[in-house]
Amino acid sequence: MSSTATVVNKEESVWAGGKSPFAVSYGKVMMWLFLVSDAFTFSGLLISYGLVRYSNHAYAGNPEDFAFSQDWWPIPEKVFEAVPFLHGVPAPLVFVGIMTFILILSSVTMVLAVEAGHRMDRKAVQKWLLWTIFWGAVFLGCQAWEWAHFIQGTEEGSIIKAFGGVFHGANLSFNQYGPPPFAALFFFITGFHGTHVLSGVLLNFLIFYNTAVGTYDKRGSYEMVEKVGLYWHFVDLVWVFVFTFFYLI
Amino acid sequence: MELHEDINEVIVQPVDKAKIWQIWKVAIILGIITIIEFVIAFTMPSGGLRISIFIALTLVKAFYIVAEFMHLGHEKKTLIYTIIMPLILVLWLIGALMMEGSAILQVR
Repeated sequence: MSSTATVVNKEESVWAGGKSPFAVSYGKVMMWLFLVSDAFTFSGLLISYGLVRYSNHAYAGNPEDFAFSQDWWPIPEKVFEAVPFLHGVPAPLVFVGIMTFILILSSVTMVLAVEAGHRMDRKAVQKWLLWTIFWGAVFLGCQAWEWAHFIQGTEEGSIIKAFGGVFHGANLSFNQYGPPPFAALFFFITGFHGTHVLSGVLLNFLIFYNTAVGTYDKRGSYEMVEKVGLYWHFVDLVWVFVFTFFYLI
Repeated sequence: MELHEDINEVIVQPVDKAKIWQIWKVAIILGIITIIEFVIAFTMPSGGLRISIFIALTLVKAFYIVAEFMHLGHEKKTLIYTIIMPLILVLWLIGALMMEGSAILQVR
């Protein structure tokens, strides 16, 4: 460029070019922007849940006398009260509570992997990534069990006029727990989150593989672990919101 | 793995115990908040107050995950605002769709 245009003092503005204004790499900024867009997607889903729930009648009676009906929205803790190996023992929210702790734990092991990456400690990165993959897989297993139980339903089931008799469990048309959108939203929201966990586990495996073969040592930086770590924490973050808005409230 | 010559040049830094403890401290806080949520779920009658407490505790958890685990709290202010500001739109959507929901209930 001509020398007359260089009036701006480059040292004064971080936006003048030649350096990273956010003081993070391009890849990390892009991961953050992707997460913002993903946050909008999940917000859309959870807020739609709020809309549909608000547009249905709430159960007005005493919580102890609650029974499933097509006329009112179910109380979540009456729906999700089963725990594996404890058949017939009502334990409301215990299983999702365990799932929440599993995901928090996997987030911690991911931070420890990132921290080890900063120190270029390949062995520690491998160890913590394996733990993260393990807890991620355990979470997916729990979710599979939860879905299977939700679809199968209870032995009693409940009478649905539109179905023409007693219906057990749930599909996209009917469910024994309440109005049809309840099951549809359960499948969509937890399913969409589960898909994120699944792709998170696959990405974790990918960076575990790259770590093990020494790609990042050769590159001189473990930043890829940080970027995938951001995604993994985001998945944990979404679960925190799903846990509150779908199960607690 | 020793076939890669470059790997031998990598210098592993020692562990900073304070940093590790900080990570576990955040994890313990998240765990304790979750336990508090459970206690409230079983001891408090449902209502507006209970829902507000749940949402407040959720936001505290979200803050710790984003600020500490995702390290956003230690980034540049411009980056923080770039990420947080667009999410204000979500608040509008919450308000709009909740009103819409109760309007649908009225005509049902």
